[in-house]
Amino acid sequence: MFKQELDFLGKRKFTMILSAILLIVSIASLAINGLKLGIDFTGGTLVEVGYPQAADLSILRETLEKTGFDDATVQNFGTAKDVLIRLKPKEGMSNVELSTQVLEAVNKDKVEKALVRRVEFVGPQVGDELAEDGGLALLYSLFGILIYVAWRFEYKFALGSVAALLHDVLITLGFFSLLQLEFDLTVLAAILAVIGYSLNDTIVVYDRIRENFRNLRKDSSEEIMNISLNQTLSRTLMTSVTTALVLIALAILGGEIIHNFAIALLVGVGIGTYSSIFIASPVVLSLGISKEDLMVPVAEGADIDDMP
Amino acid sequence: MQNHFPLWKNLMILIVFVIGIIYAIPNLFGNDPSVQLASSATTKLKQQQADGIKAELDQAGLSIKEFEFKNNKVLVRFNNTDDQLKASDLLKEKMGNDVTVALNLAPATPMWLRALNASPMYLGLDLRGGVHFLLEVDMDAAVKQAEERYYSDVKAALRAKKIRYQSIAKNQDSIKITLKSTEDNIATSDLLNRDFSDLNVAESSDVENTLLVTLSEQEKKEIKKFALDQNMTTLRNRVNEIGVAEPVIQQQGDNRIVIQLPGVQDTTKAKAILGKTATLEYRLVDIEHDVQKAVQGLPVIGSRLYHEVDGSPILLKRRVIVTGAEIVDAAYTMDQNNAPAVSITLNGVGAKKMGKMTQKNIGKPMAVVFIEYKPKTRMVKGKKESYKEKIEKVISVATIRDAFSKRFQTTGLDNPEEARTLSLLLRAGALAAPVDIIEERTVGPSLGQDNIDKGFNSVVVGLALVLVFMLVYYRLFGLVANIALAFNLVIIVAVLSMIQATLTLPGIAGIVLTVGMAVDANVLIFERIKEEIKNGNTPQSSIFSGYEKAFSTIFDANITTLLVALVLFGFGTGPIKGFAITLSIGILSSMFTSILGTRMLINWFYGHRRIEKLSL
Repeated sequence: MFKQELDFLGKRKFTMILSAILLIVSIASLAINGLKLGIDFTGGTLVEVGYPQAADLSILRETLEKTGFDDATVQNFGTAKDVLIRLKPKEGMSNVELSTQVLEAVNKDKVEKALVRRVEFVGPQVGDELAEDGGLALLYSLFGILIYVAWRFEYKFALGSVAALLHDVLITLGFFSLLQLEFDLTVLAAILAVIGYSLNDTIVVYDRIRENFRNLRKDSSEEIMNISLNQTLSRTLMTSVTTALVLIALAILGGEIIHNFAIALLVGVGIGTYSSIFIASPVVLSLGISKEDLMVPVAEGADIDDMP
Repeated sequence: MQNHFPLWKNLMILIVFVIGIIYAIPNLFGNDPSVQLASSATTKLKQQQADGIKAELDQAGLSIKEFEFKNNKVLVRFNNTDDQLKASDLLKEKMGNDVTVALNLAPATPMWLRALNASPMYLGLDLRGGVHFLLEVDMDAAVKQAEERYYSDVKAALRAKKIRYQSIAKNQDSIKITLKSTEDNIATSDLLNRDFSDLNVAESSDVENTLLVTLSEQEKKEIKKFALDQNMTTLRNRVNEIGVAEPVIQQQGDNRIVIQLPGVQDTTKAKAILGKTATLEYRLVDIEHDVQKAVQGLPVIGSRLYHEVDGSPILLKRRVIVTGAEIVDAAYTMDQNNAPAVSITLNGVGAKKMGKMTQKNIGKPMAVVFIEYKPKTRMVKGKKESYKEKIEKVISVATIRDAFSKRFQTTGLDNPEEARTLSLLLRAGALAAPVDIIEERTVGPSLGQDNIDKGFNSVVVGLALVLVFMLVYYRLFGLVANIALAFNLVIIVAVLSMIQATLTLPGIAGIVLTVGMAVDANVLIFERIKEEIKNGNTPQSSIFSGYEKAFSTIFDANITTLLVALVLFGFGTGPIKGFAITLSIGILSSMFTSILGTRMLINWFYGHRRIEKLSL
């Protein structure tokens, strides 16, 4: 795909600054706007109804307000016929009864009744737990990766990969915070899948770097890394393209429920591809990686045999 | 020879392929609308009854596709939903209380596949429609109830041993007994240690001759375990009463229960029946003391103040005659005045107690107390906290005219609906501790079908895009990778069908993602082969070293992704778990197909001959 060698690491100052800007914007947005958490995490009630015809939201809002649901948010969901009603946990009333009452209100004096498509109620205690479990899942997977990469490669590589992953996760979260896209359980799963994907990319590059450190004796670390990045470039791009293709199909055709999941993955795959080239390797380089770090005495003889 | 697989390797790959196809096939045959009949709780359906059901349907002129009687359940398949609904209505009318009739969609897997134990994937609630509840058992209430019970048992034991106490009172979480002398103190201590080994007895440090009795940790643990088990049983019975084809009732953690009711649409009714803690208690009316005294707030020994439905106060004895736990059967009926009533049957212990009590108290009034817990929320230190409010009302007071024991009627209910629900709840057994629905997810049938369609479409389109792209870019090698990718999908579906893992919408997303990432291994291999050729190697040796060198990379990259999938599985709830499962299966099967599968094909194309150029 690419004939000439590209000097990726020579541009590392520029890409580091770019990443720093993206990170600062993301963190700032997370601090100021926060994430628009879905009811999976906040608790509350969500009712999705489908009308035979396009729904009149203002009338529906009025009806709900009259019935005492003045904090209800009403919006179309996917099509004009589908309506999503969200409610915060309510005082003095059983949360379980809420959804029933909303439905009654929605269908009051209507000839053509709306059909229930989905009801979700999450108690506040469940929401807190899900948020906690999600955070723990993130931490544990990062920790597991740190250990595995340190064991299979070297600790500098482990730090580099985790730095790249944190970079990807923070920027993807920042994207969701900046655009105020809803962050629910499926998006959390997507973020974890992004970690898996981006790591996959990074490992492929690292693997080549390790191999070249052992085989190409004469070059400097920076040169070896550049060669490795160039050698893996077509693969990195090819895989990103095929993954992006299916994700675009999922985002467009998968329906509203899975939409944000696909968006999170799409953003994550983009950032992950970028970071495996421009972040993961420069970090290892700045940590001062050298041939000696990767010279395994036993493996040395085997490597020579492998050389063409 | 470099690019040649031994026969056994080829055979193994082909066998896996064939097995994959066989176990994936059941997913192609849709579902039969069907009706499932099972007996509720106590008795099991017999062959005779099954024959009766079949005769009934034949008589009604309904065409049956297949009639099956297995594991004490009857499954009748029909050719269309019309017949199914007619049959269900008919059977509900004919079979009465003891048999539950549930609508079901039974997989239309052909016989020969069923013989191989092959069945389609199990669809999650978000795909087939239904309700998911997460219930939390109120363990504090369970412990409190046990403390109440011990309190009256201890009192009764002291009385039986003729030990006189100065005072006995139930505090926050202990029973405080103040005795008149040191001898009594020791006697009580001995008695409690001997007969109540589940209680901890301690001397009070500040007041003389006073004992503090608490539940032992062990006992508390057992009470909680019992409450959970008992609730699971009760809920299972209640679900049976509602009539659901394939319900899931599972314990989650120490104090939670997951209930999944596929196909149930009327969640209001389901919620009302699952969460209800209504039960009955039979107590004697205290006619010796003045009610007004109690109304003014003065304590009446041995009795408690209750209120009747119309609000008038009434004093009832603290001692319960029988509780809902001793009721084995209850049915809705009408009394002589055509008012709704519940006819009750007690178990042996309950009947004996009732018999003894009624015999001794002929001519005296007895009250029926209806107990219900209603969920409420309140603010505690700025945080919302939900709790259960215990509502007790005396629904009927009647004079005991005759001794009775096992079977009798209870009246005083507001309307037939209340009587029906109460009889259902009594039949299913009482909940040992109140439950709270802390999560509900309902998916309507239209949305379920939508989700399946959308998921299927995105898999197809995503797959098509990747296939075209690979074919254009890698030509013959791309075609090989595509065959492997299709094979990969077949294996994922086959494995999901075999282990009967639940397929959810996020699960489908996992499959879609796998499609995108599965070609990664092939991209790695093919790029490596290209490089080898660029370095001046022969096509044959390039293929060989391309596969060799890419292997460790593929392995490392996939293991780390698997690691993340496992963490997801460990921490995720329902839908997320589905995603983690399909992702993990996808990673493993893609390693098999894209390394071994493609190699086999490439060897067939290029092995054994001299080649000048690769179609890559």
